[in-house]
Amino acid sequence: MQWKKPFRKIASSLLLLTGFSTLALPTQAEELGYPEKEELTFGFIKLTDMAPIAIAYEKGFFEDEGLYVTIEAQANWKVLLDGVIDGRLDGAHMLAGQPIAATMGFGTKADIITPFSMDLNGNGITVSNAIWEQMKPNIPKQADGRPVHPIKADALKPVVEKYKADGKPFNMGMVFPVSTHNYELRYWLAAGGIHPGYYAPHKGDISGQIDADALLSVTPPPQMPATLEAGTIYGYCVGEPWNQQAVFKDIGVPVVTDYEIWKDNPEKVFGITREFAEKYPNTTVRITRALIRAAMWLDENNNANRPEAVKILSQSNYVGADYDVIANSMTGTFEYEKGDKREVPDFNVFFRYNATYPYYSDAIWYLTQMRRWGQISEDKSDEWYKELAARVYRPDIYQAAAKSLIAEKLASTQQFPDFATEDGFRDPQTHFIDGIVYNGQKPNEYINKFSIGLKSGQKL
Amino acid sequence: MNITAATTGKFYGLKLPQLDTGIFGNALRLVVLPVTGILVFLLLWSVTAQKIDTSLGKFPGPVAVMEQFGTLYDEHQRSRDKEHAFYERQEIRNAERAAADPDYVPKVRAYTGKETFIDQIVTSLITVMSGFLLAVAIAIPLGIAIGLSKTLNSAINPIVQIFKPVSPLAWLPLVTMVVSALYTSPDPLIAKSFLNSMITVTLCCLWPMVINTSVGVAGIDQDLVNVSKVLRLPALRHVQKIVLPASVPMIFTGMRLSLGVAWMVLIAAEMLAQNPGLGKFVWDEFQNGSSDSLARIMAAVLVIGFIGFLLDRGMLMLQNLVSWDTAANQ
Repeated sequence: MQWKKPFRKIASSLLLLTGFSTLALPTQAEELGYPEKEELTFGFIKLTDMAPIAIAYEKGFFEDEGLYVTIEAQANWKVLLDGVIDGRLDGAHMLAGQPIAATMGFGTKADIITPFSMDLNGNGITVSNAIWEQMKPNIPKQADGRPVHPIKADALKPVVEKYKADGKPFNMGMVFPVSTHNYELRYWLAAGGIHPGYYAPHKGDISGQIDADALLSVTPPPQMPATLEAGTIYGYCVGEPWNQQAVFKDIGVPVVTDYEIWKDNPEKVFGITREFAEKYPNTTVRITRALIRAAMWLDENNNANRPEAVKILSQSNYVGADYDVIANSMTGTFEYEKGDKREVPDFNVFFRYNATYPYYSDAIWYLTQMRRWGQISEDKSDEWYKELAARVYRPDIYQAAAKSLIAEKLASTQQFPDFATEDGFRDPQTHFIDGIVYNGQKPNEYINKFSIGLKSGQKL
Repeated sequence: MNITAATTGKFYGLKLPQLDTGIFGNALRLVVLPVTGILVFLLLWSVTAQKIDTSLGKFPGPVAVMEQFGTLYDEHQRSRDKEHAFYERQEIRNAERAAADPDYVPKVRAYTGKETFIDQIVTSLITVMSGFLLAVAIAIPLGIAIGLSKTLNSAINPIVQIFKPVSPLAWLPLVTMVVSALYTSPDPLIAKSFLNSMITVTLCCLWPMVINTSVGVAGIDQDLVNVSKVLRLPALRHVQKIVLPASVPMIFTGMRLSLGVAWMVLIAAEMLAQNPGLGKFVWDEFQNGSSDSLARIMAAVLVIGFIGFLLDRGMLMLQNLVSWDTAANQ
């Protein structure tokens, strides 16, 4: 009944004027508007960083918004993306690269936007036991005999070279061509002097193995440990719990977390089609509100709610892995080699450090990596990067949601960036494993800093 | 051509131990031997299970699987409680909104929680039966038409022969795409995933039924056809009084084969497309990588097998009920 709304507004203002104010007091919900679509289906992949969706459901945050959400696990990232595009899913837990690549037209072309960034960090790189044995001698030791972290790919380089000399391909797994994991694994390898290979979509090469020392291929997250055990790949980069699972099952050794590759890197996002956001603006803001509340709950009181969250995630309809395996990383620790458990308090960040704010600079980082590895085959101007980021990342929706939460006292102003001055760019970031500084304002300058990777003007 | 030949064939050359059929022999054959068979199977299962070490722990033995049946049932009960609470909350929310927004017409939305194991079984059964019945509705008239007319047979036979050996799962992507393209209601009454599974099932059940029906119809005893000719039966009555009764055994054999195929295909399709049902349950559990996963998958495997068995027995009973030619039944 959209058409009735203006009449109601006029009627209520008239009532107000004539003194019947008590009858016509608009409620908070009315200011925001009721959701246009109430029954929604969201997709996810079995990874701990889908937690905000599960928590928003289990804690009733979706229902508080008048949304009745069904949550469905998806077989892989491709199926999930297709589901959102063809409308089978209304929204989904997505790799940050997915909405960007879809909007750009790499892979499937579709207008996908994100009003909400789901988390920071949360991934790791695991190698098989055999590779670990060969790497170990190259890694310096601490006083207590345990390896010094972060472990760089320098330690892996001699192993890869040996495989290459023997004429054996060095295979590694990641979860999707535009996944965070692909870029993290490539970043780590390249920082250690191992070439992970280029893409050349303009020549029809989308395998990403041109000039590669290590051959990266796609494996869905939950199948990673089994694929590693089968010997098809020697290592992989994946989100939790699939690194800890390898430790528990004695299949492999996580060597580095993405927190060590890039401290507080943006990870998953919540993706919806642009069409959905335009057709159902209230619903979109309400979804974002529920997700922000879930993220706040997850990080509340210094991770006090995490054990409860782990319990929810270990249900078979969410992540489903054993409680202990999920708890390892979710509660701020990470077990490297079996028994070598270390504190990584920020392994999973859901709300702190403005984790949920969709920064343009986060999107641009992904774009720089797409350019670096040839997925974007031609030179683009800095403006192009910024425009594309602004098409996909939608802080306007986020701000509307956050402001209404603040108005309802469900959140406080201090919990969010200062919206009046926020330009969508994080300050230049320095916490990379190779020490290179990232400034989202100057993507081309950033790309030119890498020794391995395409630079301005280069084309395969 | 005749698929039944393979199932009815006996190994005349080979002499394996047989039982004579006295009262004692019957009891032995009907009760003691099956029970022994099952016990031996359980024993072998638990012994080998202990020796298989997987990345998710030991392969589940019979005890672990039984435990999982219990857990699955408990989960189902808990889910029902949650469902109840969900509807109660919704009522309150609806009432609140109706009070704040007079235009609002309260609407009750279906429970959004997860499907339990038992729900998945029901979903799979409904899907397989719908797909199967749709196939029956298409295949039997088509089979009769082909069986009656050599011309039509020559025209359609090549298509049937080409599509028959296609793995049903190869249809799945096509079905999915076509359904997505054609079925675009914003608030669909029937879920797309259900349609996808159902149509895939239909496509695979079609061929055995078409072939068996047409063979049955074409192979009617010439005497019967002559009777019909002498009586000058009109075409429809000929089909009704002579063709159908005479070919019922073959039609039912085709249906039985189809239903077996349908059940197998459905589980695989559900696994592949993540459509709700037992197949999705199996795949989800595999993806979970929990230490209970294997036992739960094994539980699902047993249920799938048992349901397949019941479906087959059900069809056989139906066949015996409507068929006069009991000799053709197996």
